[in-house]
Amino acid sequence: MNHLTAIFGHIGGTLLLLVSSVKFIGTLPRQRARFIEQCYLIGYTSLPIVTILSFFIGSVLALQSGYSMENFGAKQFIGTLVGLTMARELGPVMVAILIAGRVGSAVTAELASMKVYQEIDALTTMNIPPERMLVLPRLAAILVMMPVLAIIANLCGWYGGALVCQYTHSISVDSESYFIALKTYMKPKDIIDGLVKAEVFGFVIILVCCYIGLNTRGGPREIGASVTKAVVASLILILVLDYFVTKALLFA
Amino acid sequence: MTAPAASSYTASPFVGRTFGVTVAGLNKNFGRTAVLKDINLEVKPGEIFCIMGPSGSGKTVLLKHIAGLEHATSGEVRIGEFDAADPETRNKVHLALVFQAGALFNSLSVYDNLALYPREHRQCNEAGIRERVLHALSILSLEKAANKFPSDLSGGMKKRVAIARALVMEPQLLLYDEPTSELDPVMSATLTEIIATLREQTAVTSIVVTHDRDLAFNIADRVAFMMDGRIQGVGPRADFKTPADPVIANFLNPVIDLKNPRFKQLE
Repeated sequence: MNHLTAIFGHIGGTLLLLVSSVKFIGTLPRQRARFIEQCYLIGYTSLPIVTILSFFIGSVLALQSGYSMENFGAKQFIGTLVGLTMARELGPVMVAILIAGRVGSAVTAELASMKVYQEIDALTTMNIPPERMLVLPRLAAILVMMPVLAIIANLCGWYGGALVCQYTHSISVDSESYFIALKTYMKPKDIIDGLVKAEVFGFVIILVCCYIGLNTRGGPREIGASVTKAVVASLILILVLDYFVTKALLFA
Repeated sequence: MTAPAASSYTASPFVGRTFGVTVAGLNKNFGRTAVLKDINLEVKPGEIFCIMGPSGSGKTVLLKHIAGLEHATSGEVRIGEFDAADPETRNKVHLALVFQAGALFNSLSVYDNLALYPREHRQCNEAGIRERVLHALSILSLEKAANKFPSDLSGGMKKRVAIARALVMEPQLLLYDEPTSELDPVMSATLTEIIATLREQTAVTSIVVTHDRDLAFNIADRVAFMMDGRIQGVGPRADFKTPADPVIANFLNPVIDLKNPRFKQLE
């Protein structure tokens, strides 16, 4: 019962943090320096790892599906399979997992350390709400950068799959056929649904990581504990939300 | 020195008004532990009020209640006529807290630490902010540290930067948490002089939580002594130089007795 109460307490606390951050939305134009800094930290610095990982995810997807689909003569649909899987599922989910591990952990560590070393208290006594200065620019930046990262992940995955199909002897599907199959069975809605998922995951990750960071209690040891908690919570939320958001989008 | 009347201070060039603090029936529990027990205090506007007492007696928790960083289990703290626990009070009273460890923003330079408050509150343009920041830095002799980061500073410099940051806020109520702890005697004396000078120049009400007898006995108008979450005594600083209360006397003037060491009594 205590655990359940704590979970509802955290959900309520996270929603309150969201409300108290969004009410400062009017201050965003004059916080553009912080917003751009967060876009750089979330987007630009994550780009190399997103590119490499999604390229190889697309490659492995093409390799595995080529091996399986050859058995029932469906190799010509590898492009469709890789394209849809990357756009609808693996692109947004993998980017979200990367952001949780790379950016979410850093956000929690920074805010938790500010809390432990009383920087948050100092902001409060200076009448500078931490939600305005620390949370809002990050939420705005993730909303802008997640679709960009998801699109890049899709493109890298698709091209990774195309290369594997062309140069793997046992598959031997040329790039042209691969991309024709990809285009033929893919609708704009498939890409948009993936981007919506990426937005939802990114927003939830940053919100939860900010909440956990700002609610750190105790000494320096708790900073590490908060980071672990934030990353685990983010990963669980990504996979749980994935089901519900996918279902909602499929039947919307 | 006796406790000055509020009217003995002239208004500072930038502070329109100084605020007194009233603590009435304040109790604070953390879980089942009572940390503050029925605290009643009145700090007059413009006064330097020192709160002394052993570690763990609740001094910092009391200071956090005055700063609005903690919420009372019962009772209330008022700054002037405003409730300290109400976030709106910070829009009405310029309150600054100098934290024990400085609580400087590690990702910002010393200059930006000081400029943050006027920038966030859009009090003046960048030239005005620069003037205010450089003035505060010059008062604390920190001109050369403006471009340094907090991690490059010594403990004493961090405390001076924290006071300079408070000064930029043009406070009407200035709270200090152990301002001279971990400092050498010369730096402690310097900070004591700074606290007294700031009060003389700006008439700011200053509440100082400290263990430092030299600080309290030299500049405090009044002193409160806390013990186990309660106020054990309040009065002018002269009363505390030779206190009648044996508990206070034992804390302020401990006798080192090697034949009967204290740590044996702790067992």
